[in-house]
Amino acid sequence: MKILSKIYTTLLFLFLYAPILVLIVFSFNDTQTSSRTQFSGFTLRWYERLFEDRYILEALFNTLLIAVVSALCATVLGTLAAVGINRLKKLPRRVMMNITNFPMVNPEIVTGVSMMLLFVAATSMFGGKNLGMWTLIIAHITFCLPYVILSVLPKLRQMNPNLYEAAQDLGCPPVRAFFKVVLPEIMPGVITGMIMAFTLSIDDFVISYFTSGTTQTLPIYIYTMTRRRISPEINALSTVLFVCIMALLIVINVRQSKAEKEQNEKGGTE
Amino acid sequence: MRNKLICAPYTVWMTLFIIVPMGLVAFFAFTDRSGAFTLHNIAQVGQYSNVFLRSIWLGAIATAVSLLLGYPLAYIIAKANPRQQSVLVMLVMLPMWMNFLLRTYAWMTLLEDNGLLNALFTAIGLPRFHMINTAGAVVLGMVYNYIPYMILPLYSVLTKIDPSVIEAAQDLGADSRKVFLKVVFPMSMPGVISGITMVFVPAVSTFIISKMLGGGGNLLIGDLIDMQFLGSAYNPNLGSAISLVLMVMILICMGIMNQFDDGEEVGGGMLL
Amino acid sequence: MLKPIITLKDIAVTLGGEQVLKNFNLTIGDGEFVTLLGPSGCGKTTVLRTIGGFITPDSGDVFFGEQKITDVPPHKRAVNTIFQKYALFPHLNVYENIAFGMRIKGKKEEEIRRTVNEMLHMVNLDGMARRGVGSLSGGQQQRVAIARALANEPKVLLLDEPLSALDLKLRKDMQSELKKIQQAVGITFVFVTHDQEEALSMSDTVVVMDKGQIQQIGTPIDVYNEPKNAFVADFIGESNILDGTMVEDYLVEVAGQRFKSLDSGFGTMAPVDVVIRPEDIDIVPTESSAAHVAGVVTSVTFKGVHYEIIVDVDGFKWMIQTTDSAKVGDRIGLALTPDDIHVMAKSVYSGTFGDYSSFSEEMGMARLSAEEEEAADA
Repeated sequence: MKILSKIYTTLLFLFLYAPILVLIVFSFNDTQTSSRTQFSGFTLRWYERLFEDRYILEALFNTLLIAVVSALCATVLGTLAAVGINRLKKLPRRVMMNITNFPMVNPEIVTGVSMMLLFVAATSMFGGKNLGMWTLIIAHITFCLPYVILSVLPKLRQMNPNLYEAAQDLGCPPVRAFFKVVLPEIMPGVITGMIMAFTLSIDDFVISYFTSGTTQTLPIYIYTMTRRRISPEINALSTVLFVCIMALLIVINVRQSKAEKEQNEKGGTE
Repeated sequence: MRNKLICAPYTVWMTLFIIVPMGLVAFFAFTDRSGAFTLHNIAQVGQYSNVFLRSIWLGAIATAVSLLLGYPLAYIIAKANPRQQSVLVMLVMLPMWMNFLLRTYAWMTLLEDNGLLNALFTAIGLPRFHMINTAGAVVLGMVYNYIPYMILPLYSVLTKIDPSVIEAAQDLGADSRKVFLKVVFPMSMPGVISGITMVFVPAVSTFIISKMLGGGGNLLIGDLIDMQFLGSAYNPNLGSAISLVLMVMILICMGIMNQFDDGEEVGGGMLL
Repeated sequence: MLKPIITLKDIAVTLGGEQVLKNFNLTIGDGEFVTLLGPSGCGKTTVLRTIGGFITPDSGDVFFGEQKITDVPPHKRAVNTIFQKYALFPHLNVYENIAFGMRIKGKKEEEIRRTVNEMLHMVNLDGMARRGVGSLSGGQQQRVAIARALANEPKVLLLDEPLSALDLKLRKDMQSELKKIQQAVGITFVFVTHDQEEALSMSDTVVVMDKGQIQQIGTPIDVYNEPKNAFVADFIGESNILDGTMVEDYLVEVAGQRFKSLDSGFGTMAPVDVVIRPEDIDIVPTESSAAHVAGVVTSVTFKGVHYEIIVDVDGFKWMIQTTDSAKVGDRIGLALTPDDIHVMAKSVYSGTFGDYSSFSEEMGMARLSAEEEEAADA
């Protein structure tokens, strides 16, 4: 039984990782033709091309800009909303939670086209600029908001409601009490929400596809690359992204286990 | 008073960018190009019933395969010791962090007629298979992309099962097969439900996977919508009607699914 | 009467659509140790939160001394609260928790340090200043909460069941310690509890509450010896409550006998409730002339200091606490003296308390609370 489950696990992970591995290997393939099956020598040429590609760099810049702006906005707006929702009475809270959950269960493509309709209608009504950066940012804030709220709300519920009152009781005006006591308590949730918003934004293709106009983001650029031509540049790009993500995850994990260790040590002194 | 004010920006935002756009979809679905009321678009959706059926069929197969493949892995991970657990969960999540276009692109290179898999087959003396641009390739792409969404909620539910419940079942005379069928599986139902919804919804509405792996012959609902808005068949009214039908269909499915789930928020447990 | 420091006038509070307090009036004297005592849901915490400013009453007014503070927000009131679960700020250490209020007020660092050290000393936490509050035991957290509130120099300290989370031994220690602290700082303590023993042993004044209404206000001795109605008699200590008739002033008829009584003013032949405390009843042989009533022992429980004996007297079950033992099935006589008999006017509570005919109700309660715990765990 033990061996069986090991084999099973290995096979499934092979299924999950083999394609990515193939991508990575062939990013170093020195080939003139577009053959993706013959490995004919090691080269870094595709990486050089990648970093010389003005369009890719521009798309990367756009992606990061959108991710930073929309993650920040979604975090502020979402945290406030979570605080508000947490204080609502049962019925209005249910209404708000349904609205919050809706974009998460609704097919992305429907959310995408619905926003496209709105933005097109808005530009034709009020003039204004065509779809582009601003519509992308609005769209990204919108689909990130529920994730921020859902990661902050549990922290608010876990929090001893008397903390906020205790701060006021000790002479803190309400707003200051929020920043001095509530915010530090829910900070882990806020940060998780922000990281999620950031990664979702970077990764998003479907909604961006319908709301970007002619602005390129990295996923959109990848899409056009896969449509237009087959180039090992994509492989190189995949590899770079994969390595970045791995590094990020490892850093997060190490920090997490460190924090856990510290917490254990703290608990041990009791 | 103040509490309502805190919620106000969010309420305004969601109204403007979620509710109003949905209203627009409904509006476009029931009007023609001049803006007059019509049922023509909705009626036209009927012509594409084969596309709808294909999407649902392929989505359902992909969901079933994901469940069958994912459940054992989720179970194995949940049984592993805590250190291994976090590593294995990481490994399941890692591919999700890679852009799904790239993941799908990877399969393109594998499945091509003169792709790697066929090269492998030839090398070991098997005939070549035609794999790309088939319905099977589309299902494969769906399973590959969405199986983590099945494994993670299952895993999080399975780890929450109190081991003493299993011991109690054994104590009461259940063998390991019975323990699984009568205790573990029923208790993991919320995870199964949220796994199914989280795989089925994106699978049924995808348009990239079918485009990249299915060729032209495996049109799905998503492709249809894409074509009406950004493609050759430009017709936002029809596109809205299709979107509306898709949305209603999925919301009904979710409603039915939630009946099985005792009040737990769908998707609440799966996020990170 | 002491100079009033807190006055609640005609307070009405509705929470979640339920009327918790109605026409509630209470005056608390400066420097008193006042306990609000009552079962859960009786509105005692609501009274406390109204004083603290966390609840704004629908109508009525709160006065601090002469000054109306009904609409003054919590952070501007000269009262501080010890919350049930202490509500220490987890992201701050002991020192910073205690310094919190002073920092808000912008006090000088030197003064803050001095006060914090004084407070730590007062609550016996010298040397713990730099500890994280998460690493403290329940009793220590409790002390930090007290120090934090007192460092703010409140005129009134509100304590919301502060000892309920502690185990029995620690609770007793903290009771006397709290009392000592109150006497040392000389400010008003308003203490909320459902534990009658706690209330009796700590307070100057006990306010017994039920269903949002004050049932009785008095010194601990008063409310124990002279309960105003069946609820108070039952809630504070154990009581046998019997139907009686006030024949005339100073003469009461109960259990078929007439007794001299210390009570008057009920009129003639007025139906009343009669309270007889279990520890005031003596066991005598049935044939003894001292025996007023006789009955059969149905249960005997050893309680350490005494036996708790249930005696069936013509269907009404009496509880007796005595150092004399008896056997189940014995027929024994009960001797009462006029001092032991306390007469109360009939009230809405008449007939609902004071018969020990079965413990099934308590069993039912125990089962209920066990289920609740389970549900909470799940």
